[in-house]
Amino acid sequence: MRLLETQRLKKYFGDTHAVDEVDFSVTQGEVLALIGANGAGKTTLVNVVSGLLPPDGGKIHFQGIDVTHQSIHQRIEAGIARSFQLVNLFDQLTCLDNIALPIFSREKKTRRLMALADKDRAVREEAMEVLQQFGLAPKAAMVAGGLAQGERKLLDVAVAYALRPRLLFLDEPTSGVSTREKAPIMDIITSIVRSGKITAVVIEHDMDVVFTYSDRIVVMHEGKILADGSPDEIRRNEQVTTTLLGTTVAP
Amino acid sequence: MTRNLRYLIPIALLLVILPYALPPYQTILFSYGLIFAIAALGFNLLLGYTGLLSFGHSAYFGVGAYAPAFLVKYFGAGSMELFLLAGIFFTAVVSAVFGFICVRYTRIFFAILALALSQVLWSLALKLFWLTNGTDGLRVPTPTLLGGLASDVLGSAETKLDFLSHRYYYYVLAVFFLCVAVMWVIVNSPFGKALQAIRDNETRAEFVGVQVRRYRWIAFLVSGVFTGLAGSLWVVLNGLVTPDILYWTFSGEIVFLTVLGGFRTFAGPILGAVVFNFLKAYAVGFTVYWQFLLGAVLVVIVLSMPTGILGTANTIWLRLRRAA
Repeated sequence: MRLLETQRLKKYFGDTHAVDEVDFSVTQGEVLALIGANGAGKTTLVNVVSGLLPPDGGKIHFQGIDVTHQSIHQRIEAGIARSFQLVNLFDQLTCLDNIALPIFSREKKTRRLMALADKDRAVREEAMEVLQQFGLAPKAAMVAGGLAQGERKLLDVAVAYALRPRLLFLDEPTSGVSTREKAPIMDIITSIVRSGKITAVVIEHDMDVVFTYSDRIVVMHEGKILADGSPDEIRRNEQVTTTLLGTTVAP
Repeated sequence: MTRNLRYLIPIALLLVILPYALPPYQTILFSYGLIFAIAALGFNLLLGYTGLLSFGHSAYFGVGAYAPAFLVKYFGAGSMELFLLAGIFFTAVVSAVFGFICVRYTRIFFAILALALSQVLWSLALKLFWLTNGTDGLRVPTPTLLGGLASDVLGSAETKLDFLSHRYYYYVLAVFFLCVAVMWVIVNSPFGKALQAIRDNETRAEFVGVQVRRYRWIAFLVSGVFTGLAGSLWVVLNGLVTPDILYWTFSGEIVFLTVLGGFRTFAGPILGAVVFNFLKAYAVGFTVYWQFLLGAVLVVIVLSMPTGILGTANTIWLRLRRAA
């Protein structure tokens, strides 16, 4: 089943065709890797689909419904969530509150002015559980601004995950951390995504990570989709290896 | 919470016995301080918790002050509760409209727009003489408290000074306690967390489903109402309202006392309001160049304590504990 589908989606920045009439689709239940060189249009595609940027043309359907002109808020309610490449957290709030907020929001409790947030045991427990899953439980009371980079990347994903989305976009979840830290982070994220039966689109540069963790790979190049297939197909695709992979992967 | 109570109960007790410990003039100064503290609490919901610096909060304080004055002028009303209800109602209307305009912008644009709107009200109060008496202002006589239930044992022998330094002090104190409690709940509510999230990271707040503009608007409304309520309490204490209270320099004072106390803490603005008020009163009494003196003191305080009085006190306390 197609969860998300874009038709001739366009986003131009002046003469740069960041997303150039892209037909992109995500199937229910898969972990899809979106790869491509810097400037290929991956993040722009996610920005348009998640509602951060308005498209210059084309359509976006989510679960069969046209969401092209919906607000960010409506798309979140429909079940689209995202994390950010450059970590976007609530730095002065504790890790627990960073997770509690999306839960309150999901349950429409952020409208409550006259109730103490800390007294909502159900939300606190769920937030603790999410932190536990991401291995961040010991940091619950710490302000997010005080975390190490690897922990910040995880918390960024956890904030999006706490919305319990149907479709989760992860924009370079392991960028800016050391090579040694990448695998553990991806292990945590993929196991949570798979056990939660969440469909995920992961933007990633590290080819080892991509081939290890994804079901399907979509390759973007200069605003267009260059190739689309299973990790094996992409590995064998000569056009991809010459334009993109180069020497990053041993044959 | 239980830890906080250890500080709160002694402070509350001190405030309760204050009129018996201090001369009337000092008690009245304290009333002014508590009233400005309510305004600062409202103002800080925007600055400290939502990350919006309003340079126009004199507007809501002023509307809150003029509302009882109009009640007296046109209806001859003399009930304090009616004054407060009118103050709340009119500031809610004005801050809903002004807020709707202002929250479309952030940072300096928000600050300047809020300032400009407050100046519109100031010029109206100045020019619409038939309504406001211009710079002559409007008088507000002593009202009945709680529909006459809280009348004085002195009866008709009670002077204005007795009233202000005793019965009215307790009335202000009760409203102050209530405002502190309500604001404390608001900033610790899920709504309050959403505001702090907006302050920290607007984009991410939007992406966890917080409708940033709407929440800012509600925060603006709540902030305006608190400040307006303070205005209504103030006008009875002052006995007179003139357009001065709508002028932008008064907005500046609200900003100043909040920063002075420390806008990163809940109690900072309260402390700042009381301290600023005493500072100002004594500077005026000390020298005709009081503005110069006040300015100099404030510059020194801000330079040496950028996190405000309470923020600095916190830092010192933490350092002492670590050393011990």
